[in-house]
Amino acid sequence: MSAKTAKDKVLIANGQGFWGDSILGPVRLVNEGPLDYLTLDYLAEVTMSIMQKLKSRRPETGYATDFVTLIDRVLPQLVEKDIKVIANAGGVNPHACKDAVLAVIAKHGYSGIKVAVVEGDDILGDLDDLMAQGQEFRNMDTGEPLSTVRDRVTSANVYLGAFPIAEALDQGAQIVITGRGTDPGLVIGPLIHEFGWKPTDYDELAAGTVAGHIVECGAQCTGGNYTDWRNVKDMARIGYPIIEAQADGTFVVTKHAGTGGMVTVASVTHQLAYEMGDPQNYITPDGVADFTSFTLEQEGPDRVRVSGVKGGPPTPTYKVSMSYEDGWKATGQLTISGPDALEKAKLCAQIVWDRLAFDGYEYADDERMVEFVGANVCHAGIDGNAANEPSEVVLRMGVKGPDRDKVNRFGPELVPLVTSGPPGVTGFAGGRPKATEIIGYWPALLSKELVHPRVTVFTS
Amino acid sequence: MTKTSIAAIAAARSGDKGEGSNVGILARSDEAYAFLKQQLTADVVREHMRAINKGGVKRYEADNMRVLNFLLEDSLGGGGSASLKTDAQGKTHGLAVLKLELDIPDSVLRSVKGA
Repeated sequence: MSAKTAKDKVLIANGQGFWGDSILGPVRLVNEGPLDYLTLDYLAEVTMSIMQKLKSRRPETGYATDFVTLIDRVLPQLVEKDIKVIANAGGVNPHACKDAVLAVIAKHGYSGIKVAVVEGDDILGDLDDLMAQGQEFRNMDTGEPLSTVRDRVTSANVYLGAFPIAEALDQGAQIVITGRGTDPGLVIGPLIHEFGWKPTDYDELAAGTVAGHIVECGAQCTGGNYTDWRNVKDMARIGYPIIEAQADGTFVVTKHAGTGGMVTVASVTHQLAYEMGDPQNYITPDGVADFTSFTLEQEGPDRVRVSGVKGGPPTPTYKVSMSYEDGWKATGQLTISGPDALEKAKLCAQIVWDRLAFDGYEYADDERMVEFVGANVCHAGIDGNAANEPSEVVLRMGVKGPDRDKVNRFGPELVPLVTSGPPGVTGFAGGRPKATEIIGYWPALLSKELVHPRVTVFTS
Repeated sequence: MTKTSIAAIAAARSGDKGEGSNVGILARSDEAYAFLKQQLTADVVREHMRAINKGGVKRYEADNMRVLNFLLEDSLGGGGSASLKTDAQGKTHGLAVLKLELDIPDSVLRSVKGA
């Protein structure tokens, strides 16, 4: 830990739950109340593959450009309030992201701001060496070795832990740009830096994991995607979550005063259940957290205290997220009005399959899809939910498979229904559905000693 | 005893988990949790979601949060970018499970009033 005096409480917010979340989250967080750290999550599993593809065409791309737009917009407030930023915006090209951020800092006329890059997660270029050394990268779901899809792999990234982020902050960075890491790590990093937690402080690190999990999807813990949605006030100006953390690992989930939404035991529990697996074994590179160990308590309006988190030592492996080319798919839709909307939509779908078969293109059941949106799609087969006679339905159809030409043959047979199907077929827009690539996901494990996280600090 | 949907005594949150989804069922009271823990088994959820989930269902319990967590192992039509479904991430599966109807004792229904 640095020589500065440790704060009693540290305020860490998350302003971006995923790539595509509203820029208003982080913009409002830096404007509407006190804050020490702003964390931002831009990466999903398929994102890395898309970024690798972009980078292979244009070497200066391959990171989340939304982040640079955000820094351009809020830099004066970050400087004035001394708010530090930690973002996984680096994607597969963190140095290009850092260069773009340094250019924005220069444009605003600031100097002396430290920007750090955390890397070492991208092992795409090392895969063959690692496989030659005996690493099989067996798929965690299927058990198959990576060799079965090796020639189609498009990205390979290790989920790094929080200690490299803390190291960057220890070196004085105000902006930390990472590639792939765990989502909770964005929050744990500053906690390690502020409170000097050690790798063996299992309970504290587990508390940081729980805190990070609660805020990692932004407003999903402050009333977004909440069952009793009528009880959520002012959703348009919903507050993004803030962790008020203490050195012992106890923390309060809260949000800025005057913002919409709410922080209650129920709203926080909703998010704790999100993407939950075995709650007793929430595995991160920094330790294993027990989500059945802690207590949640409403200690005041929009303040939920979390205490008693227990954790255990980390596993000897990192999780690796890989993507590979897994065939093609095409989907399209039409709107069918009543009378007899559903009956006609079913006829339309059958006409498309029949016409394709007439031309020699047959798709197996697991390679084709039909949905009648508006007539019980999301909750298919659940009693008491059958639509009687909707005034219109959206007919959604799709096909997939390894043969791109066969997938592309489907699109041209959807539109002709407007003139050669039953009456009331409309809503066609956006051109013929075309084949797009399916990005397969390949989770695996890799021994920690084979991975080398690196931290570099640059001064503007 | 009233036959009604468990939405009366629980809330839910769901999302994708590999080729399947997870559904967290959040009981609204201690009594509701005790009742659901006994009645809302993995088999009951599997039967209710049979048109959506082609795989098995596994249940975990988190007593401290009054949460029953169900893993639906093959509910996304391939998962991730391979799915052709509208709800390729299982975002609506929680609300689907809440539509499940059970015979709920009046004492359990009363216990969630104001919750």
